[in-house]
Amino acid sequence: MTDPTTDPKDFVAGIDSNAHKSPTRVVFVTRRTSAQVKVVDEEEVQTYPEVLFRAIVAIEVLTIALVGAALLFNAPLEGIADPSHTPNPAKAPWYFLGLQEMLHYFPPVVAGVLVPGLVVMALIVIPYFNINVEAEGLFLKDRKRRLLIFYLAAAGLSLFLLLFDVYVALAPTLIVAGFMVLAAQSSPQSPSAFRRYLAAKPLSYWIMTWFLFELAVLTAVGTFFRGPGWSWVLPWRS
Amino acid sequence: MAKTIASYFDELRGTRVWRSVFRSGTGSSTLHRALAVQQNVFLHLFSTKVRTRMLSFSTTWYLGTLTFGTFLLLVVTGIPLMFYYHPSVPQAYADTKDLEFVVSSGLFLRNLHRWSAHAMVFLVFAHMFKVFYRGAYRPPREFNWVIGVILLLITLLLSYTGYLLPWDQLAFWAITVGSNIASAVPVMGNKVHFLMLGGNVVNANALLRFYVLHCMILPLVAILFVAVHFWRIRKDGGLYSHQSEPQTVTAGPVPAAAKGGQFQ
Ligand code: HEM
Repeated sequence: MTDPTTDPKDFVAGIDSNAHKSPTRVVFVTRRTSAQVKVVDEEEVQTYPEVLFRAIVAIEVLTIALVGAALLFNAPLEGIADPSHTPNPAKAPWYFLGLQEMLHYFPPVVAGVLVPGLVVMALIVIPYFNINVEAEGLFLKDRKRRLLIFYLAAAGLSLFLLLFDVYVALAPTLIVAGFMVLAAQSSPQSPSAFRRYLAAKPLSYWIMTWFLFELAVLTAVGTFFRGPGWSWVLPWRS
Repeated sequence: MAKTIASYFDELRGTRVWRSVFRSGTGSSTLHRALAVQQNVFLHLFSTKVRTRMLSFSTTWYLGTLTFGTFLLLVVTGIPLMFYYHPSVPQAYADTKDLEFVVSSGLFLRNLHRWSAHAMVFLVFAHMFKVFYRGAYRPPREFNWVIGVILLLITLLLSYTGYLLPWDQLAFWAITVGSNIASAVPVMGNKVHFLMLGGNVVNANALLRFYVLHCMILPLVAILFVAVHFWRIRKDGGLYSHQSEPQTVTAGPVPAAAKGGQFQ
């Protein structure tokens, strides 16, 4: 923002206040931007009792469901811990089985330390990147360069996974990359609603979706499809 | 003559004892209802009003609320479980067996605790993705997102430390597999592994450490961060909605569909 003292006409100020609804808002608008307040006043309800009531109902429904599950299904309890007798396979809790599946392909420093560390770091920095905050369709701007980078990254990653025989992670990668190609071929003017939707998706959306997909597939494979010696098994044939 | 339950409740709220406990007093005016939230140490974490639209199921799927619900259930079932459990080898296993066969409703307690724990891990992931896909991590909510990531890690640690406590084969080997990963940390891997287990293998020391973390430290830390998480929602201007943010749009052509089509 330019210093208003040097050019007093470089901004306009407005005050909007309605003490019943919201605290005073002061808006400064510089010349280069135009403010657009899309919804000024929205209908509101009191936290007490309306919102609390809904929260309690939601929690009660959840409680009923979990009580039902607790009555119907017993938590597993096996024989006493025996360090001299290793079960095959020895599995971590289900939410770590995606990691365990990766340990099958990569050395522990990579699959157990580097990858989870990077995932946590990536999650933390999401809101600090302006590209995520502005969230414009990935291929709408600077199209050529971005397409090139995307093709290189997708091919590099796929090749890497292929080299290490990680077909389990390759499949989701290829599927998401396929949708990204479709997104690149679509535009906000596209007649199909689905393609307009794809075209509007920013980079963070694609990365997160890829991550979600990998997480779900790797966890499911580790949980249901891995047996003795981490070999493939079919869950309905055990 | 016909006294409604509501009028009894109002009477109750007018009594001296009630007034000494709750500062907001009787009345159902907007002011009183706002005070009921604002003057309560727990409720004042929340704002006194919420945009009606944010309450619709589709906005949040109530996933954060449900995550909190599982946490409450885990505390409520966890405390009685603690009454019957000794964190020592081999007593821990015997106690778990007793819960199953001797303690009345012990099996139910344990089942409910276990399924709630799985539900919490699932819900916390679901909540995170839901928050992401509606773009609710945006400024000024960046830091609440970071607090969320911390809560995700705490949830995983809570579940992981609890997994060892039954001291059965499943528990022992799951923790062995998981803790071996710690050894892979460059340079100080073995030290980390040792610190975590209180030994080079999963043993009685590890059980005690996991017990203290699971029943004491991690729940307290979780409560602290959940409180900050809720309070930040209020401070960051309530739940995020794409339309109600005062937006500053840079001049220049912006494809209509690209702007309007996201995070509905
Ligand atoms: C113990 C775990 C957690 C609990 C109990 C919890 C609880 C809640 C609740 C009740 C809300 C209100 C709206 C809603 O239901 O979505 C909320 C909002 C939010 N949560 Fe969480 N949460 C947890 C973990 C997380 C995680 C893992 C993240 C992300 C990494 C996160 C990020 C957020 C953000 C950014 C908001 C604000 C959304 C908005 O402004 O619309 N939370 N949380």
